Amino acid sequence: MNNRRAFLGKAAALGGIAVAPGLFLFEPARAKGVTSKVRWGMLVDTTRCAEGCDACVAACNKENGLSGRTGPDDSQWIRKVELKEKATGRTLSLPVMCQHCAEPPCVDVCPTGASFKRADGIVLVDRHICIGCRYCMMACPYKARSFVHRPLHDQKPDVPRGQGCVESCTLCVQRVDRGGEPACVEACRAEGRNALLFGDLNDPASAISRRMREAGAKQIRADLQLNTGVRYQGI
Amino acid sequence: MRLLGALALLAALALPAGATAGVEKPVIVKAQSGPCIAPPEVMRREHPDMLKHQRTITVHEGVRNAKVDLEKCVACHASKTTGSVAASKQDFCESCHAYAGVKLDCFECHASRPEKE
Repeated sequence: MNNRRAFLGKAAALGGIAVAPGLFLFEPARAKGVTSKVRWGMLVDTTRCAEGCDACVAACNKENGLSGRTGPDDSQWIRKVELKEKATGRTLSLPVMCQHCAEPPCVDVCPTGASFKRADGIVLVDRHICIGCRYCMMACPYKARSFVHRPLHDQKPDVPRGQGCVESCTLCVQRVDRGGEPACVEACRAEGRNALLFGDLNDPASAISRRMREAGAKQIRADLQLNTGVRYQGI
Repeated sequence: MRLLGALALLAALALPAGATAGVEKPVIVKAQSGPCIAPPEVMRREHPDMLKHQRTITVHEGVRNAKVDLEKCVACHASKTTGSVAASKQDFCESCHAYAGVKLDCFECHASRPEKE
């Protein structure tokens, strides 16, 4: 038994060794990707979000190379929404973007598998597979997705975008993968408002989990039971 | 008269073709720094598969800074004159793809020039 184990162990070790340059019996261990141990989320404190402030929108546009125009065929990954309760006159201002649902309707309807949810909960479009049918835009209850209608030039190297694909907030995946946080969160803090908090919803000790436990947080359209990754405080 | 005309036409066709010996060879400009991730003969044949394999790992599994990385290709091979790998017919990616008659559509979405510092 012991011999057999030792043999198997050695065989497995050998497996990773190159048979010829560039040719492997088994692929050697490669860099670690995302895991489902983490679920990225964002908490929006609407009591700190100011009417007329659009630092998050500007930061998003800059980070992702969006034009910043708001016409019907321009891409908007994050929007500021101003609300007014008719009965009381109470006003609210809050950013709305892709809510990074745990049960994303956009992924359900995608015919090619281009719309997908990463193991860490970030909902993305794989533009290599997207055929631009826009079913996902119809399915999204938050109107979070945009379609690129015209050829683009001078995209950011970290944020490839192009004509004929659907796109939306990626939680700045290019920053998150390098240990950073989304551009909107950084901009909100730089503005001194701290209305946005980014973190791991799966870790009970993270700042975002603690704040949600203490102050409570709601989902927009909670009735749809999508279990969104973006939550709102004070709505 | 007709024969003469045909001869003249033939001569006119033959001259430029003879001068350049068929299709123009691609311009291969030397990369800006360091050795490549694989020898040229491997890169020439395998780079589409490498990139296609890596794109899935990067987009779906979030592996950045892998050995195969289009951003790094662009950073090394961007032309000194246009600053890009696909802006003119002389640029690294474009010149070979034009020669091989293979449509190059990476740069409809991806940046064909390195990030400005």
